[in-house]
Amino acid sequence: MSATPLLELRGIDKSFGPVQVLRDVALAAHAGEVTALVGDNGAGKSTLVKCISGIYPADAGEFLFDGRPVSINSPRDAATLGIEVVYQDLALCDNLDIVQNMFLGREKHSGLVLDEPTMEQMAAETLAGLSVRTVKSLRQHVSSLSGGQRQTVAIAKAVLWNSRLVILDEPTAALGVAQTAQVLELVRRLADNGLAVVLISHNMNDVFAVSDRVAALYLGQMVAQVKTIDITHSQVVELITAGRSGNLGLTGEPVTAGNGTGAGPADTTPGGVR
Amino acid sequence: MTTTAVHKEGPAAVTPRPTVGSHLRGYWGRVRGGDIGALPAVLGLIVLCTVFSIMRPSFLTAGNFANLFTQGAAVTLIAMGLVFVLLLGEIDLSAGFASGVCAAILANVATKAGYPWYVAVLAAILTGVVIGTVLGFLVAKIGIPSFVVTLAGFLAFQGIVLMLISGGANISVNDEVLVAIANRNLPPTLGWALAAVAIGGYAAVQLLRHRKRLARGLTTDPMAVVLARIGGLTLILGIAVYILNQERSRNVLINSLKGVPIVVPVIAVLLIVWTFVLQRTSYGRHVYAVGGNKEAARRAGINVDKIRISVFVICSSMAAVGGIVAASRANSVDPNTGGSNVLLYAVGAAVIGGTSLFGGKGRVLDAVLGGAVVAVIDNGMGLMGYSAGVKYVVTGVVLLLAASVDALSRRRASASGTR
Repeated sequence: MSATPLLELRGIDKSFGPVQVLRDVALAAHAGEVTALVGDNGAGKSTLVKCISGIYPADAGEFLFDGRPVSINSPRDAATLGIEVVYQDLALCDNLDIVQNMFLGREKHSGLVLDEPTMEQMAAETLAGLSVRTVKSLRQHVSSLSGGQRQTVAIAKAVLWNSRLVILDEPTAALGVAQTAQVLELVRRLADNGLAVVLISHNMNDVFAVSDRVAALYLGQMVAQVKTIDITHSQVVELITAGRSGNLGLTGEPVTAGNGTGAGPADTTPGGVR
Repeated sequence: MTTTAVHKEGPAAVTPRPTVGSHLRGYWGRVRGGDIGALPAVLGLIVLCTVFSIMRPSFLTAGNFANLFTQGAAVTLIAMGLVFVLLLGEIDLSAGFASGVCAAILANVATKAGYPWYVAVLAAILTGVVIGTVLGFLVAKIGIPSFVVTLAGFLAFQGIVLMLISGGANISVNDEVLVAIANRNLPPTLGWALAAVAIGGYAAVQLLRHRKRLARGLTTDPMAVVLARIGGLTLILGIAVYILNQERSRNVLINSLKGVPIVVPVIAVLLIVWTFVLQRTSYGRHVYAVGGNKEAARRAGINVDKIRISVFVICSSMAAVGGIVAASRANSVDPNTGGSNVLLYAVGAAVIGGTSLFGGKGRVLDAVLGGAVVAVIDNGMGLMGYSAGVKYVVTGVVLLLAASVDALSRRRASASGTR
């Protein structure tokens, strides 16, 4: 894999009022790899994703995209860079059909008028490129789709835009066994197509099934970012629940929630194992 | 989220070409799944017209048919604007008196200040734009529920109408053009010509779309269905123009009264314009998106606040158009213009036509169909000699019925997973 990560974050801080949700977080996502972002509820995974996608502005920190420093202040900035997010709650409009959802906010025009045939064709090609065969008609409302199909549409929407980094927020959380396998296969295919993928998941099976690297958040701090083959199941669980595991993760006194003062010594930055 | 219907479909590539049968089955499936659209309005219209024609033969005369259009025009126009607000799941209770305020401005500018009609019309519509901007700003930026903002507007605008008319007298509207809008007819030949243009335009759009999609290898509605649509429109417009071109005057020697009322093309043009905006532009797509899932729309980079303000502007501007037509029809503006039942009739028209009160579902055509239902009830019951009291009760019940159909079909839709 290339030496420079596609996206690199350094020293990201984010607070909501008195609550500091992210503290000096660093993260790297490489093209062609699936980076699993793990952490307990409230560890700051979703907030980190929203900072990357421009929904929340980060209070401090650097974004490097392709090695160049960039600033992401709105969802449009992120989209321009080629960053797409598939949210946990899918963010699809039930009253619109598949094509309309995939192009929402970025419709194709011919003149003033929407160019429906082009959009429909592009949507069909994207779905075919992802080997999606479960959708009957591109013109059916999203409300009539199953959970797995909705997830597929959401992911297809994300890859439609020549995107380079796709972030998936718990894509398998609400799915059955067969549909989960289907979606994970799709996730792997995205990375194999050369995209950088960040997969947020609670499910260790998913993490070990598809990811190349694991990044663990603990109470708003990035405690480790390691290759998946260098780490075991139980180590990941320890990182998630205690913030450290053997020589990985936090050193010194573990931080507790709400104790914002002495936290974040320099040696807690990620990448403990190379 | 449902987990049904995952593996029943084959690969997309072998989707069979749709036939007339599959098209009809698809439509029936949607109806059974709770997506009933304007079906109740169309059925209601047929039933009401049949009943009134049997009970009162005078209902089915050319004169009364023309009356229906002029009576229902103002309410229909206001309802067309309300559809936009309802699509976001908001409500505008002030639309009735907003139309009154705009009508009062019109009368003041045209009659009292003596400006030409186009200045007065422009002033009235501008007033509508300003009202809509204020309402939309309060809803979208300050965050007051639209129900409260527009209820306040309802009261305040009523007062403004009184002040503009200074003391409760009325201001007459005498300008020839303004009076013509709701009281004069097109020459019969012009009526036919406009109908031909409308049918030709519709056919061209439909056939061109069909050909373009076929050329790209996309699934299309079967040709028979496309032709049936064009034929249906031709039939309806043909019959309507034919009836409206009959002599309606009681005594032809005194004055001849025939032709399509001028409000009909006014409504038709606005219907086409707003339908185009909603169905064929990004703006319209974004209105539906915000109505369907505000958060999804925001994440897609849509400026949700701007959309929310804009629908109130459209609604109040259409209320202004409705006010102009109402002033024209009455030849005057009084403190009750846009008051009493106008607002509820307009909301009723939109909902009866199939626009959902929950947002995300509706068309401008709904307002016209629903407006027709309201006008037929009002007119038919008037002919049967019922008092205003009974008319209000019946219209209220019909509105309630439409709202229940909306709520029940929504429940059905969520149960069958089509919404």
